[in-house]
Amino acid sequence: MGRKPPEPVQVIKKRRDSALAALVHRVPYVEFLGVEFDRRGDELTAIMPFARKLIGNPILPALHGGATAGFLEITAIIGLSWSMLWEDIESGRFDTEHLSAGKMPRLPKTIDFTVDYLRTGLPRDAYARARINRSGRRYASVHVEAWQDNVSRPYAQATGHFLMPPRDG
Amino acid sequence: MTDNVDQSDKAAHKTQFAKQFIQVIPHAVELGMELIEIGDGKAEIDMPYDTRFVGDPETGVLHGGAVSALMDTCCGAAAMSHPQATTGTATIDLRIDYMRPATPGQTIRANAICYHMTRSVAFVRATAVDDDDTRPVATATGTFTVEGK
Repeated sequence: MGRKPPEPVQVIKKRRDSALAALVHRVPYVEFLGVEFDRRGDELTAIMPFARKLIGNPILPALHGGATAGFLEITAIIGLSWSMLWEDIESGRFDTEHLSAGKMPRLPKTIDFTVDYLRTGLPRDAYARARINRSGRRYASVHVEAWQDNVSRPYAQATGHFLMPPRDG
Repeated sequence: MTDNVDQSDKAAHKTQFAKQFIQVIPHAVELGMELIEIGDGKAEIDMPYDTRFVGDPETGVLHGGAVSALMDTCCGAAAMSHPQATTGTATIDLRIDYMRPATPGQTIRANAICYHMTRSVAFVRATAVDDDDTRPVATATGTFTVEGK
């Protein structure tokens, strides 16, 4: 009657990665901006690879504030959904095969979103991480920071409030 | 008299520049934005519905990010076209309130006004609607830089 042996690492990784992929790749706007996610355990880093279509000022050139805002909002929503689903992913209740068939949990809805543009967005890749400051049954408050070359020199930050999807059970 | 003519000439020139500038912003072009009106600290921009910008695949509702880009562009355009503005501007901060989901399939129209301007900061607010213009989809308030004169 000993403890259950731990699952092989590749089983755990596959489960987490396919859950993340199911969450990210079904949103057309995420694909449009080209945003991807890098996962280390439960920590997510969003990546927006540079593309010409993200330019807002062709003279400088600089990233469009709207592209940065979209990138930050995606990071917040995926981060919030990820933390909401984490327990279910770990326990195996979040069944990805079921999900790829189109049955996905509802995403949180943005109530408001405030972006602070700290530095000019340079024409190169951008990275972002979300921190959930508060997550209740109905509302959540999320802070996001984005950087380009130096993680200690953020180029934009944002705070947003979200309406959590109703959870059954 | 001559001064007045010069002033209005300058304003027309600035509006023309802002108009051309906005129409070559790669990100705005990519999102299909169309400049409807600009001048005197006001701007109106349309963004037709496009399935590439959907944020909720279950409902087909556009992602907030696309609406943010529209609001940012429209607010920046309003700031640039203000009579006291210089040509360049950059967003300092922008807050968006999402009142309701935009109806899938409908064009979103943003209206922005630069309601106050100092030597260094432009204060702007905007409203976005779809076909039902009695209930806003989103509102925004932002501050923009006024590049060195």
